[in-house]
Amino acid sequence: MAKVTYVEHNGTEHSHEAENGMTLMEVAVKNSVPGIDADCGGACACATCHVYVREDWLEKTGNREEMEEDMLDFAFDVRDNSRLSCQIKISDDVDGLVVDIPEKQF
Amino acid sequence: MSEATINTDVVIIGAGPVGLFAVFELGLLDMKAHLIDILDKPGGQCAELYPEKPIYDIPGMPEVSGQQLTDQLMAQAEPFNPTFHYNRMVTGLEKLADDSWRVTTDENEVFECKVVVIAAGGGSFQPKKPPIPGIEDYEQSDSGNGLGVHYAVRKMDAFRDKDVLISGGGDSALDWVLNLQPIAKSMTLVHRRDDFRAAPDSVNKMRAMVADGKVNLHIGQITELTGDNGQLAGAQLKTKDGDMVSLECNSFLPFFGLTMKLGPIADWGLNLTENLIEVDTEKFATDQDGIYAIGDINTYPGKLKLILSGFHEAALMAHHAFKRVHPDQKLTFQYTTSSTNLQKKLGVK
Repeated sequence: MAKVTYVEHNGTEHSHEAENGMTLMEVAVKNSVPGIDADCGGACACATCHVYVREDWLEKTGNREEMEEDMLDFAFDVRDNSRLSCQIKISDDVDGLVVDIPEKQF
Repeated sequence: MSEATINTDVVIIGAGPVGLFAVFELGLLDMKAHLIDILDKPGGQCAELYPEKPIYDIPGMPEVSGQQLTDQLMAQAEPFNPTFHYNRMVTGLEKLADDSWRVTTDENEVFECKVVVIAAGGGSFQPKKPPIPGIEDYEQSDSGNGLGVHYAVRKMDAFRDKDVLISGGGDSALDWVLNLQPIAKSMTLVHRRDDFRAAPDSVNKMRAMVADGKVNLHIGQITELTGDNGQLAGAQLKTKDGDMVSLECNSFLPFFGLTMKLGPIADWGLNLTENLIEVDTEKFATDQDGIYAIGDINTYPGKLKLILSGFHEAALMAHHAFKRVHPDQKLTFQYTTSSTNLQKKLGVK
C-alpha cells in the first residue's frame, strides 16, 4: 500500500491510498482525479495521463522507457520530471509520492 | 462527395472493432450496413492508438494485436459487403416523417436508414491542439491560404512561399517537412528532443536538408505565438536549457497526434451521462426509437469498457433492430454451426 497525492494545476490536492501493483494512472481514474484523462486506458498510447513527478521522488519512480519517451512527444510542456502515470507502478517504495498534474492534457 | 441520398438498412457510426462486428451480426439477419469513420482506415482505437500492442482479453484469442484483430474482424464482415466511408464525421442526425433516420456527414453525404448504430468508442479522433495561449486567434476556418495555424495539410500549394513552422517528431511532422520544404519560402522544424519517432528514412532525409541549410531544426518547445489581428508573425521557442528563441513564421503546423472528442453526438438530443450514451441492457437502444449505441460510447449499470462487451451488445442490438428493418418478417434464432441458411450467407455452403 502507498499513499499518493496528485496536485492539480490550481493547487487542489487529491490524496489516495493505492494498492501495490496498480499504476498511478489507474489510481487516479478509480478515484476520479481531474486532469488525468487516460484516453487509451493504460496502453502507453496516448500521453493523456502526463504528470510531473516531484523532485524528491524522481529516483524512486525510475526512468522513462523508450516507448514512454516516444509517447511524451504527444504531451505538452514536457519537462525533465515528466512521466506518463500509466507507467508508474505503485509499491511500498512510493508511499508518500507527490505528482503535479499539468494545466491541460491537450 | 456525393449528392445522391444513400438508402440502406443501417448506418453504423464508427468502424472500430465493435462497429465491424455489428456488420457481421446485422448481416446474419439480412441487414445491410454502411459505416462512417473519421479515420482513413478501419479499426478505430485498435488501429490508431495501438496497432502493434497485444490485446489479451478477446475470447478465444490468447494474444492478438490491435491490427490483427481489425484484420480478422474485416475478414469476418466481408461476406456482408459493408460499404465504408472514411475521413468523414457524422454531423447531423434527424428523424424523418416515416420514422426512418437521415444521417449527414461533413462531406455533405446524406444517408437514409431505418436504424442508426452509434459505435463511436471514445468519440471522433481529432488533432490535438497545443494549449499555447491564444492559439485559436490564429486558427482560420478558411485554410485555403496556408496562413496561421493548421492541424492538417489539405492543399500543399497553400503553403507555397510561406515561412512554415512545423512542430513534432513523428511521421506526419517529418513527411510535411520533406514535402513542403521545396515549395515553402522557409522551413523550420521544432521538436522537444533530438530523437525522432518517424521512419528512419524520413529522419535521414530531414537531417540532410538541415545539413544543406534547407531546414532550420530547433530542439525545444513552442510556448507562445506572436502576431497581430490573427496574422501569425512568429513563435517563441523555449530550449531545453530554458533559453527563449524567436522564430519567424506565418504558417504553423503542430503535429501532436490525435485525441478523442465526443463531437456532434452531444447535439443529437440523446440522453447522456458524462459524455456517454445511456442505453438499456436488453437491446442497447437509446431513448430515440431506431438509434442504438454499442461499445465504449454507451453506459448502463455495470458497464465494462471491454471490446468483448461491445461484441455482446452488437448481437443483442442486431436482434432487436431486425424488427425495425424487417417488420413483416419473423426472426428465428439460428446458430452458424448448424444453420444452412446462415452458412449460405457466410458463403461457406
